[in-house]
Formats: sequence, structure tokens, C-alpha cells
Amino acid sequence: MPDATFLDSTELVLNMGPQHPSTHGVLRVILKLDGEKVLGTDCVIGYLHRGVEKIAENRTYVQFNPYVDRMDYVAAVSNSLGYCLAVEKLINVEAPPRAQTVRVILTELNRIASHLLWLGTHALDIGALTPVFYCFREREEILKIFENYCGARLTTHAFRIGGLQYELYEGFEQEVKAFCDMFLPKVAEYEELLTNNRIWVKRLQNIGILTAEECKQYGVTGPVLRAAGVRWDLRKAQPYCGYEKYDFLIPTRQNGDTYDRYLVRMEEMRQSVRIIRQAVEGIPDGPAIAKVPKVLKPPMGEAYVSIEAPKGELGYYIVSDGSTQPYRVRVRPPSFVNLQALDRMVRGALIADVVAVIGTLDIVLGEVDR
Amino acid sequence: MIRAFLKRVFLVDLFEGLRVTFRNQKPKYIYTEQYPAQRPKVAERYRGAPRLNLNPETGEPLCIGCNLCALACPESLIVMTSIRDEKTKRKTMNTFLFDTSRCMFCGLCEEACPSDALELTQDFELATYTREGQIWDRKMMEEGPKPTRYKC
Ligand code: SF4
Ligand code: SF4
Repeated sequence: MPDATFLDSTELVLNMGPQHPSTHGVLRVILKLDGEKVLGTDCVIGYLHRGVEKIAENRTYVQFNPYVDRMDYVAAVSNSLGYCLAVEKLINVEAPPRAQTVRVILTELNRIASHLLWLGTHALDIGALTPVFYCFREREEILKIFENYCGARLTTHAFRIGGLQYELYEGFEQEVKAFCDMFLPKVAEYEELLTNNRIWVKRLQNIGILTAEECKQYGVTGPVLRAAGVRWDLRKAQPYCGYEKYDFLIPTRQNGDTYDRYLVRMEEMRQSVRIIRQAVEGIPDGPAIAKVPKVLKPPMGEAYVSIEAPKGELGYYIVSDGSTQPYRVRVRPPSFVNLQALDRMVRGALIADVVAVIGTLDIVLGEVDR
Repeated sequence: MIRAFLKRVFLVDLFEGLRVTFRNQKPKYIYTEQYPAQRPKVAERYRGAPRLNLNPETGEPLCIGCNLCALACPESLIVMTSIRDEKTKRKTMNTFLFDTSRCMFCGLCEEACPSDALELTQDFELATYTREGQIWDRKMMEEGPKPTRYKC
């Protein structure tokens, strides 16, 4: 029985957020504290709820496409890919090879951009101020490629159902190759800044451990799962968009702590560069978009497609009733599912670790709340 | 063991990080954009302020009043009316309202337009002092926004 303190209470209930700088959006975490020790947490979400799934029911399939970019706005291209693949499955169309290769290049670039934003802000939360500037500098190069390709930097609306709307611009290959050459030494530079830094290591090692078993129970996917030692990546497990053609590794670690998740993501960036290099070498010629009717009326039925987004498994479940508008769209967002594990990860830890764990989960609140 | 201890004592890990920061301090890496004196150059395909193009030779609007852009827009923010021209018996655009405050610049309207009349241009300065100012009429759509240019 702990000593009774002020007014006979030993527990303190503290609100973290909704506008706390370390929550990467508007998330409110109610912490139950005993001194500095966290006894339990309660996440209050929904501040960014826009009803995307409901909006889908009032839009045609083509019209809904720009909305998916606004869920995980850090990785808009991945969202778009997932949605397009799901509708393509529904109408039984496959994107031409040229479109598939370009899709792979753009989604992998987006994975790097997403991980860079994660690395910068995560380091910022821990107290390392420098990496965020370098990360944003490199991310800018990716956003420039996106802007040149499709005219927008963040909410790109890059893909269309059946393929691509935009042809590659002059000099796309050279720019992507130049980025790859420029980027690999930069990853080494980030590692030099952080990997051995004693503050970084002390703040991250053995913090927020999630074992493989617990990951599976919570349905956690993505780098969080791989850091716990499970070799599971949808790009290998159920290849889409021709990922089976590329040679890359799935980085895994054993401990499942925050430090391992950091190392897994760093390695993932290198593997993404590897995929991009292979893909950009052989962009096939041909049409960029398959033949898709102007008025899209998928047959009655349902389709579920999941892809490996930067944050984990991103799934789209679409039910069609044969009309031009979907009957129901359900999104399985990785951030939402991963956020569940927060309570398990911070129970018994210190309050400062909550910040580290929220950072390492790599959540985007736009996707959690939809 | 001793190596690790010495490394700890002499703060090797911290100096390694500092080396990176110093490497990045070359003046040629500094990049500051002097907006608004110096405007950033946006990409050719940039989706910015909408514009209704005129036929460069005759100055007539290219729009044929087909209403396809309004139908394509997910936000239904384009409202246009057309009248039948008595002389040529063709439909022409009469009024055109475009609510930029609700637009997400997805480009679907531009893709739907059969006559290349509607275009999302490279202008990106869309701020106005009033909410009503965000709703553009036909005149505004044809002339484009006129942001203040500063001399510096
Ligand atoms: S850009 Fe998109 S949201 Fe804006 S008017 Fe065109 S279709 Fe509508
Ligand atoms: S789609 Fe083009 S031509 Fe048709 S009404 Fe709109 S702007 Fe005019």
C-alpha cells in the first residue's frame, strides 16, 4: 500500500494533449500516474474525424479517390495505391506494366518521405534537434519529384483507377536516380548522429517493448511488428504491383523495443532505395492506363485489398451494389490499429517514455480518426 | 571493455554527432527563399488557382457550357449556367461560380473539361480578406488572381 499523499489520493490523472507537441496531431491521452510512473492510459481520439468512409458512400468511385489522400497525408501515395488496387480488383482490371512500375517507384519514394518525417519528429520529441532539419531537407527532394510528376506535394492524387493519369515528365528517371545516389550517404549521416548517441540509446533501449506474441494479439503491423522479430511484409507475403520482381530484404530485429523499431525503419529506407533503383532501370513502355469505362459501375460484390503502407497494413474493403457509388467503404488504417498497443507499451514506464512510445508508433492522426 | 570505457569518458559518440553538424555548415548549403520578393518557381503541372481560358485569337471563352466540370467535381463547388446563343444555335457559358475555399485541387474538373477551358494554373496565392472573396465569378476566373507584388 503506497503512502497516502494529498487528499488521500496516490494517483494523479493528467491530460496529455489534445494539442501536445509530441502527439503528432490532435490526440488526447489521459494518463493515470503514480508520481512519474504510468499506471494506465486512455486515448481519446476523433478530433480529426471527417467521416471519410461515409463521404465515400456519396461519391462515385473516381470522385472518392482524392479523399483517401487526406487520411494518411504523410503517405498519400500509398493510400491512393491501396484504393486504386481495391477498385481495380472490383472491376477486374489490371494496371498495365508501365503503370505498375511507376507506382512502385512513387510508393517507395513516399515510404522514404514518411519515414523521414517520422525520424525527424521522433528525434525532436526525444530532444535531438538536429535530425529534423536534415530529414526535411531530403524529404523536400522527394516532394519536388512528386510536384513535378503530378502537380501536388502532399495530397498528390497521383494514381487513377486503372493506372496513371499523368505521363512521366522529362528527366524523371535522372531525378530519381540522383535522389537515390544522394540519399544513401544521408542515411549514414543520420545514423552517425543518432545510433551511437548515448542519450538516444538510453532513451530508447528497452522502452515500450512489444513482443511478437503481443503484436499479433493487438493486430499491430508494419515496422513495429518487424522489430519484434516477425518477418511479415505484405510486399513479400502477398505481392502486388509486381513487387515479386524486385530483390529486397525485410529488415527485422529481435527485442521489439523503441530502439529496434528505429533501426528497422532506417534499414527499410535503404531497402526502399534498392527497390527504386531496380524499378527505375526498367520502366516498360506502353500505355499508362488500362481501359476503364468512363462511368464506373462495378458488378455487385466486394473486394478487400491490403498493401504495405509505411506504417503497416493498409486495407480497403469496398462493397459494391452495382451502382456508380460504393455501398460501403471500410478502411483498415495501420495507425489506428497500432495505437491500441500504446497502453500495453507504456504501462509501468515513466511519463517521459510515453512521448518516446507515441513517436515510435508513427501514428498519423488523420488516419486514426479518418 | 577499456575501449568502450574510454569512448564513454571522452564523449566520442557526442563528438561524432557534432562532426556531422559541422560538416553541414558550409555556406553553400544555406538556402533561404526571399519570399515575397523572390517567388518560388512551381512545377509545370502544379495544381493551383483555377482559370477559364480564352481563345487567344478571338478572345472568346473556350468554355462550351457543357457542365462536365461541375459534374466531375467531388465537392460540387462549380456552379455554372449556360444560355443558347440565338445566332449560332450553340450553348455558351453565361455565369460561372467557383468556390476556391472548398476546392481541394484534385484536378478532376480539369481532366473532365473537353475544351481545355478550365485549367488549374501555377498561381498559388489565393488568400483573401473575406470568406466571400474566395468565391470566384466568371470575371475573376478569366483574369486570374492579382496578388500584390512587392518590390524589394
Ligand atoms: S480541383 Fe477538384 S475539388 Fe477543385 S473544383 Fe476541380 S474537381 Fe472540384
Ligand atoms: S467542363 Fe470545361 S467546357 Fe464544360 S462547362 Fe466546364 S469549363 Fe466549360
